[in-house]
Amino acid sequence: MILTFKINGEWVTQEIKPSLLLIDLIRDVLQLKGTKPGCLEGECGACSVIVNGDAINSCMYLAINVDGKEVTTIEGLENNENPLHQVQEKMLEHGAVQCGFCSPGMVMTTKAYSDKCIAEGITPTREEVKKSLEGNLCRCTGYAKIIDAAEAVYK
Amino acid sequence: MMKVIGKSHQKLDGKERVSGKAVYGHDIELPNMLHGSILRTKYPCAEIISIDTSKALSLDGVECIITANDVDVNNIGYKKDHPILKKGTVNCNRDEIAAVAARTKEIADKAIQLIEVEYKIKEGVYDPFEALKETTPRINEFGKGAEQFGNKNMAESFHYEHGNLEEQKAKSKVIIKKRYELPRVTHACIATSNITAEFNNFDGRLTLWSSTQVPFLYQRDIAHALKMEPSKIRVIQPIIGGGFGSKLDMHPFEPICALLAIKSGKPVQILYSREEEFIASPTRQPMVIELTTGCDENGKFTFREVEIIKDNGAYTSWGATTPFVMMQSYSSLYQVPACKFDSHAVYTNNPFAGSFRGYGNPQATFSIESNIDLMAEELGMSQAEIRLINANYKGEITGQGLHFKTCGAIPALKTVIEKSNYDKIMATPNTGRYRRGVGLGSMLHVGGGAKIYRSDGCGTTLKIDDYGYLTIVTGSNEIGQGSETVLAMIAMEELGIPKEKIKVINTDTDVKPWDVGVHASRTSFVAGNSLLGAIKLIKEKLSKKAIELLDVVTDDWEYANGMMRFNEFEIKLDKVVREMHFASPHELCMVNYFYEPPSKFQDKDFKGDVSGNYAFASQAIEVEVDTVTGNVRVLNVHVSQDVGRVLNPVGLQGQMEGGLATGIGYALTEEMIYEKGVLKNPSFHGYKMLTSTDMPDVHFYPIETYDEAGPYGSKGAGEAPLIPTAAAIANAVSNALGVRFYSLPITAEKVLRALASPTPPKEGLLREAKPVTKHQ
Ligand code: FES
Ligand code: FES
Repeated sequence: MILTFKINGEWVTQEIKPSLLLIDLIRDVLQLKGTKPGCLEGECGACSVIVNGDAINSCMYLAINVDGKEVTTIEGLENNENPLHQVQEKMLEHGAVQCGFCSPGMVMTTKAYSDKCIAEGITPTREEVKKSLEGNLCRCTGYAKIIDAAEAVYK
Repeated sequence: MMKVIGKSHQKLDGKERVSGKAVYGHDIELPNMLHGSILRTKYPCAEIISIDTSKALSLDGVECIITANDVDVNNIGYKKDHPILKKGTVNCNRDEIAAVAARTKEIADKAIQLIEVEYKIKEGVYDPFEALKETTPRINEFGKGAEQFGNKNMAESFHYEHGNLEEQKAKSKVIIKKRYELPRVTHACIATSNITAEFNNFDGRLTLWSSTQVPFLYQRDIAHALKMEPSKIRVIQPIIGGGFGSKLDMHPFEPICALLAIKSGKPVQILYSREEEFIASPTRQPMVIELTTGCDENGKFTFREVEIIKDNGAYTSWGATTPFVMMQSYSSLYQVPACKFDSHAVYTNNPFAGSFRGYGNPQATFSIESNIDLMAEELGMSQAEIRLINANYKGEITGQGLHFKTCGAIPALKTVIEKSNYDKIMATPNTGRYRRGVGLGSMLHVGGGAKIYRSDGCGTTLKIDDYGYLTIVTGSNEIGQGSETVLAMIAMEELGIPKEKIKVINTDTDVKPWDVGVHASRTSFVAGNSLLGAIKLIKEKLSKKAIELLDVVTDDWEYANGMMRFNEFEIKLDKVVREMHFASPHELCMVNYFYEPPSKFQDKDFKGDVSGNYAFASQAIEVEVDTVTGNVRVLNVHVSQDVGRVLNPVGLQGQMEGGLATGIGYALTEEMIYEKGVLKNPSFHGYKMLTSTDMPDVHFYPIETYDEAGPYGSKGAGEAPLIPTAAAIANAVSNALGVRFYSLPITAEKVLRALASPTPPKEGLLREAKPVTKHQ
């Protein structure tokens, strides 16, 4: 079947099998390797991407469901003026990156959450920030620095 | 004054990692690459009657299939008791029977399903105590237990002792004997295991893109397994998505991938699924520890006597050598006049354990620190006081011969006792639904490498180019722990070259000089010292040329902002290099240096100063237990650690928090649940790691003791933060509830069961005590 969707700001049309998962479309078909496969079971959040403003696990999402929608992957955060998004800058400043395999997922989850908070004019509490990251596992950092970085986005 | 060292620096390649540009094993794609898949046994203990691969072979897209009958290989593992592909018998639920290489991963997985194996199922042995019985059959046919240890199912055995045990027992006012049970837990790296192999049949060379932590040992091990020359194997490390010890051993899937590449003539990649990662990657050693300890009427420790039975699983990995580390804690964590230590690793039909951050030490420390609380209780002494009067001190040479040239044990203890409000919390009456408690735990770990291999050294090559850029080629590896950042910082400090002009090359065995690998918290220490040695040589070179160019006499140059300066004389570094290069006698600005730590091999009795220095740490952890749900919540963690000297504060803090998270999981939630050798919870859903909402506040107080052996006085720090965590949490829960737990994890169910029992038992809470079987 034919799928038309916007990825990282560009409309693309792609012939796909209906059973294709979004993560496979992103990593294998479109060759965007920044989205990471940590479990392919919806448990770790390493594969998080943003679809129409919401962070979702791309390993649990059929590619056909992005038809007509707007998808942002970690690669989509880069532009000519700013190679890194503010969330990424904060993660680096706070030492929130160790092995880095969880990092793209952490970035996308934090970006989606902070975009929403900022749009609604809310500054979340630390507990709320923690909650927003609950679906993203990290084995290296113990989360503290990732939470610090996510909080710093509002400062 | 240090300009760089001691100040926080961002991770060297952090930008690549945070932007998704870093290339991990999962991201490698080579032209014509095939995908491999492994058929594992259906039963943990069985005989293989037949294997039929014909249906699988005829599947479109399958390029080759291998079984044990198709390959000429050696056994692998620390005891060479582990066949890469199994024939005859299978011994645990990881066992590899066949492997397929196909055009896609889906085809490979499908082909695996089509391989027909006929088994004769056997009753396995899943309890090490059972395995030790005379009547139990031999589990591993390659095991040398009968000859070496007088029991066919004994895989490895260690004995250590110092002091006069009987004399010290006689002096003891209090003697506590307890039995502790430690579970199987796993590393659960967020990136699953992976390898890509390519074989060049023109020159017989094999290239492996591998996540190993120990590339040079790995090269040798793979070569032995495949009967190849080590130098024909090139190991390239892509970015590694978590190690924590899991990549210390070479595992069967790695030579299997190489064999598929050799046979198919095409590159092959194997990526584990998450389920496969749980089933087939290593674990921490599960063990039963029987610890007897004593102290005199003043609370001074008299002796420790320990007997350990470790469930080795079906094959022997480096994990069997964890007693090297454990015996150090029993012999030398606190002052202990007499110590006797016996540890036996026993074959079972469970999956085999590997090495895991802390290397046996979390288990040992859990037992030691629990017994200390019990002795204090018995004596009516404070748990803080008993630790302080027995703590190690500077200058001490322990019964095992470890020489503590610097020692932050007492300051670390005092710090966490004070900062956690330990006395106040302990004095607060504790009733009602939510009970609070605080617990102490301390640890001792090697801080300057560990001489267990013939060399514990590391090589460095430095090059400064015509434009003033520095390339550091180091033998050491980066697995996310931040060592390459520390190396760049050292070079910035010493040579005044800015970070943007420093490159660290460390991923290719064809290029880099030798190093043992990442383990024993050694990298910053050993690679840092190696780099400092190389810098000294390159400075001599630069100095000689600058003297000639500027016509001054000095060796007292200041290196800053890409310049060399002495009084009013100054010259740009790149200019010196160009002059060296382009003017007679035409030299390169390159040096090589190999650093071997001053540590010694231990003698056959395991005595000797095995590490360049030693790290000490204490933790005071405050918990709140919900007596209705049984949930234990960790509220505050106070960590004080003797790190020698803080090199990169933000990196160090990250090591602390990450280690603690793993330690808290070990204490409270993580456990691999096996039924007759089969893993029942192979997913993140069933295996409970901490999430962001479970993480307590971490208060870290580094202690700087400036140990002269380490770079700028530093000590290895990476493993320590998780070592005393479970111990401190167990002590805290006990202080909160008045009930002690002798096994981990302390789950809500265990808490409720303990609270429900009419007279909360003081010992042997969760299992009938069994005598520890002695071997002849
Ligand atoms: S890979 Fe999608 S949630 Fe883990
Ligand atoms: S940084 Fe390694 S998993 Fe998060």
